[in-house]
Amino acid sequence: MAKNSQVIQREEVVIRFSGDSGDGMQLTGTLFSDTAALFGNDLSTFPDYPAEIRAPQGTVGGVSGFQVHLGHSEINTPGDFADVLVAMNPAAIKANAKWVKPGGTIIYDKDNFTDKNLEKAGYKSDPIAEEKLENYNIIAAPVSSMVKEALKNFGLDPKSVLRTKNMFALGMVYWLFDRKLKYTEQYFDKKFSKKPEIAEANKVALRSGYYYAETIEALNPVIKIAPAQIAKGTYRNISGNTATAWGLMAAAEKAGLKLFIGSYPITPATGILEELAARKDLGVKSFQAEDEIAGICTALGASFAGRLAVTSTSGPGLALKSEAIGLAVMAELPIVIVNVQRGGPSTGLPTKTEQADLFQALYGRNGECPVVVLAASTPADCFDYAFEAARIALEHMTPVILLTDGYLANGSEPWKIPAMKDLPVIKPPFADNKEIPFMPYKRDCETLARSWAIPGTPGLEHRIGGLEKTLKGTVSYIPENHEMMVNFRADKVARVSSKIPELKVLGDHEGDLLLVGWGGTKGYLMTAVRELQQEGYKTGLAAFNYLNPMPMNVSDVFRRFKKIVVAELNLGQFADYLKMKYQEFSYSRINKVQGLPFTIQEIKDKCIKLLEEK
Amino acid sequence: MAEQQTSGYTPKDFKSDQEVRWCPGCGDHAVLNAVQKALPELGIPKEKFAFISGIGCSSRFPYYMDTYGFHGIHGRAAAIASGVKTANPELSVWDITGDGDALAIGGNHFIHAIRRNIDINIILFNNEIYGLTKGQYSPTSEKGLVTKTSPFGTVEEPFSVGELVIGAKGKFFARTVDSNVSLSTQIYTEAARHKGTSVVEVLQNCVIFNDGIHDGVTGKEVREDRTIILRHGEPMIFGKNNDKGLILQGLKLKVVSLGENGITEKKLLVHDAREPNPGIQYMLANMRYPEYPVALGVIRSVEGHTYDADVEEQISRISQDSKIKCMDDLLHSGSVWVVD
Repeated sequence: MAKNSQVIQREEVVIRFSGDSGDGMQLTGTLFSDTAALFGNDLSTFPDYPAEIRAPQGTVGGVSGFQVHLGHSEINTPGDFADVLVAMNPAAIKANAKWVKPGGTIIYDKDNFTDKNLEKAGYKSDPIAEEKLENYNIIAAPVSSMVKEALKNFGLDPKSVLRTKNMFALGMVYWLFDRKLKYTEQYFDKKFSKKPEIAEANKVALRSGYYYAETIEALNPVIKIAPAQIAKGTYRNISGNTATAWGLMAAAEKAGLKLFIGSYPITPATGILEELAARKDLGVKSFQAEDEIAGICTALGASFAGRLAVTSTSGPGLALKSEAIGLAVMAELPIVIVNVQRGGPSTGLPTKTEQADLFQALYGRNGECPVVVLAASTPADCFDYAFEAARIALEHMTPVILLTDGYLANGSEPWKIPAMKDLPVIKPPFADNKEIPFMPYKRDCETLARSWAIPGTPGLEHRIGGLEKTLKGTVSYIPENHEMMVNFRADKVARVSSKIPELKVLGDHEGDLLLVGWGGTKGYLMTAVRELQQEGYKTGLAAFNYLNPMPMNVSDVFRRFKKIVVAELNLGQFADYLKMKYQEFSYSRINKVQGLPFTIQEIKDKCIKLLEEK
Repeated sequence: MAEQQTSGYTPKDFKSDQEVRWCPGCGDHAVLNAVQKALPELGIPKEKFAFISGIGCSSRFPYYMDTYGFHGIHGRAAAIASGVKTANPELSVWDITGDGDALAIGGNHFIHAIRRNIDINIILFNNEIYGLTKGQYSPTSEKGLVTKTSPFGTVEEPFSVGELVIGAKGKFFARTVDSNVSLSTQIYTEAARHKGTSVVEVLQNCVIFNDGIHDGVTGKEVREDRTIILRHGEPMIFGKNNDKGLILQGLKLKVVSLGENGITEKKLLVHDAREPNPGIQYMLANMRYPEYPVALGVIRSVEGHTYDADVEEQISRISQDSKIKCMDDLLHSGSVWVVD
C-alpha cells in the first residue's frame, strides 16, 4: 500500500474511539493498541464504558470509549486529551468533544447523524457547529453506507454488515498513523475460523476504511510515531486484571502450591476470576461461589487445606467479605483479597475508577484486625504486587488486601515478560512432624508467623477458629491472653515492614514540593512531576505501593521537601492516614471523585499554585 | 480417598484433650459419641478428617474431635467445607451445623453446597431453637412457638430440612435422633461413604431452651409408634408390635394396620433410597406426627457426579491437552514481540 501523502514524525499521540456501547469500541481500541504495541510503541490504554451492557441506543449515557496513548518515548498515562476522536454517533461527540485537543481530528459516521440520533444526543442542528468545532479537522465519513456497499455481495444480513462499521473506522485510523493491517487481519482469521465469511467481511471493511482515508487524504501529513526506545527483551500487552491473575499464579508456582480462587463475579474485578478459570492447564482451581461471602469462605477453606488461596472483588464485595477477613486474621491463615476499586459508596459507579476503599481495606472490620494492604500502580505492575501480596501472605501467615482499581484493571500497557527463574522463591512456614504436639499459635521469633500444618499430615491434627485461643489452640477468655494475642497479631503485621523495599523518590530527591500518591494514579503523577521538573520546579514523587505496614524510611523522605501534597481519587483518605502516622508533617491535598483518573494538567496546575504560594 | 480396610482406631482416638462444654443433658454429647464411634468404621487415616463448623452450640464440635478442625463464622461452614474439599478431595470433610446456622444465616451456602453435590458430610443439629443466644425461634421452630423474640408466638412457617435438601437437588438425606446412638452411628457411616453431599438431620434436644421439643415423637414411651426407621429394600413397618405400615393410596402415603382390611406385609411400600426420582422420598421426609410417623434412617441416597471429582477430572484432562505446562509457557503465549 504505497502512500502519496507526506509523513511527519511525532513523539506521541492520543486516540479515542467512541460510539454506542454496542458498536464494538472496546475491541476496536484493543486491536489498535495491539498493532501499535507489536510495532514497538510504548502505550497506555483506558477503556471508559457504561455499566449497562446495552444502554439506550444513541444516548450520551450509552457512549462507550476506549482511549489509547502511544509514543516514541515512555508513556505513563492514557493521555488527557485526544488528538483524534472517532465518533460513531452524535452522542459520542456530545460526550467527548471537550476531551479533544483544540484543532484535533474528529472522524464521524455521518450516516448516523440522523435527526433522531441528533435529538437523542441533545443537538438541535449540526453538532460540529453547536460544539464550535469548525476549526478542527473534521472528517464526515459515510461509514454505514460504505460498508453496505463494500459488503453487498457477501450475502450477509443487514445487521451483520453494519456490525463491521467499527472496522471501517479502524481502517481509517490505521491509515492516519501509517499502520499495517496484518495483525488485525490475523485476529479475524483466528476469531472467526469457523465463519470465514465473517472474517472476510471484517477484513474487507477494514481495508475499505484504509483506502477511503487514503483516497480522501484524511490527514495530511500522515503522522508517524517511531518505535519507543525500550529495554531489550520479550514484550506483550497486558491489562491489570490479567497481570493480577498471572502474578498470583506465578506466586503459586514459586511457592510450590496449587492456586485456589473462590470468587463471585463483580465489575470491574471479574476479569481476574475469568482469567484464572481458564487456567486449568496450570492446575488452578476456580470456584465461582454463590455470593461474595462464599467466595472468601471457600478460599479460606482452601487455605486451611494448604493451598495458595485468593478471592477477588470490588468495593461492595469487600464489605461483604469483612467478617471472613476477620476470621482469617484470627485463624492466621494466608489469603490474598484483591479489591479492584470502583466508584462508591454502594453500587456507585461500577465501571468507573476511584480510590475510596483505602479506609475500608485498612480498618473495615470488627475488633483489632490488622491486615497487610498493598496497592498496584500500573496495569503491568499488578503482576508484581499480586506476587508480592501472595509472598507476604504465605511467609507471614496473614491476610493481604491488594488494591487495584478500574483504571488499572481494564487499562493495558506493554510489559517486558519476566523470567520465572528471576522471581524469588516463596517459603511458607510449614509445620513438620517434629513439632508434636503441634501448637497452632506458636510463633516464629523473627516474623511472629505461626506454623502452617496441612490437613493430611499425620500427627499435626489441631483446631483453629474465630474464638480467641491460647498458643496451644485452646479456647480462652483469659483477659491477659486476649491482650497478648491482639498484640501478637498487630506486631506480626507491623514486622512485615522489615521485609519490604524502602520508599523511592522519583524526580528530585529533595526540593520544594513532594507529590505523594498511592496505587493507580502513579502514571499521571509521574508525568506531572517530569513536566514540572522541565519547567524548572524542584519536585519529586513518592508513589506508595505498601500501605500497611508502610516502608521504614517515610519520614526521611518527607523531611527532604518543603511542601508535601497528597493527590488521590477520593476525599483525602491517604492524607488523613499520613497525618495520623507522621504527625510532624503538614499535608496539602489534591482530590478528585468523578470516577475518572486525574489529568496531568490539573495536577500540575495545583502543584504550581502551591509552589508559588509563600 | 485412600482407604484402609481396618483403621484400628477406637472412638477414644478421636477424642481431643478439650473439656466438653455443652450443658449437661444436651443432645450434642450423644451426637459426639456417635460420630466418634462411626469414624473408626470408615478405614480412613485420622489425619485425613477435617471437621468444619459455623457458629452455635453444635459448632463447638470440632474442638472435641482430635482431627483437623476449623471453627468458622456464622452460617459459613458449608462454604468453608466446600473450599477444603475442593482444594483437597483426599480429605474426609464434615460440616457440623445447626438449624439457625445452616438454614437462616447460612441458607444460601447450604443449598448451593447441596446443588453442587460436593462430597462433604453435613450433620445438622435441629433443636428448633437458637441456643447459644439463649432462646430465640429458628427457621425450623413450629409456627406459633413462644420464644424470647416471639412472645406472642411465631407467625412464620418453618422449613422442613428434608424438603429443602430435595428441593436443592440433594442426593443424600437421612434423619436420626440424638439419643439413638446406634442408629446414628450407622447413618453417619453411610453418610461418610456416600459420594456427594450427605445431609443428616439430627432431632436434637436443647435441654435449656427447648427441652423436650421432640419428645412427643422420640420419647421412650412413644417412639416406636410415632417414628419409622426406613431401611433400603425393606418394607415400611413400624409400631410397638410391628403392626403398622405405610402404603401408597392414590398420590399420598397412608398409615395402615397389618391384618386389617386384608393388609399384609407384601402390600406395604418397600423403601427405595436409591431411586433417583425423589417423589416418594419427599413424602417420607415430610411425614409429621400425628398423621404419620416421623421417618428416620437414610431416606434418600442416590449416586451422582460430585463437584470435587469433576474439577479434578477437568484439570487433569485440560492440563494433558494444553501446550502450557508452566508459567514461563503462559507468559510467552499469544501475541508477544521481541525488542533487540
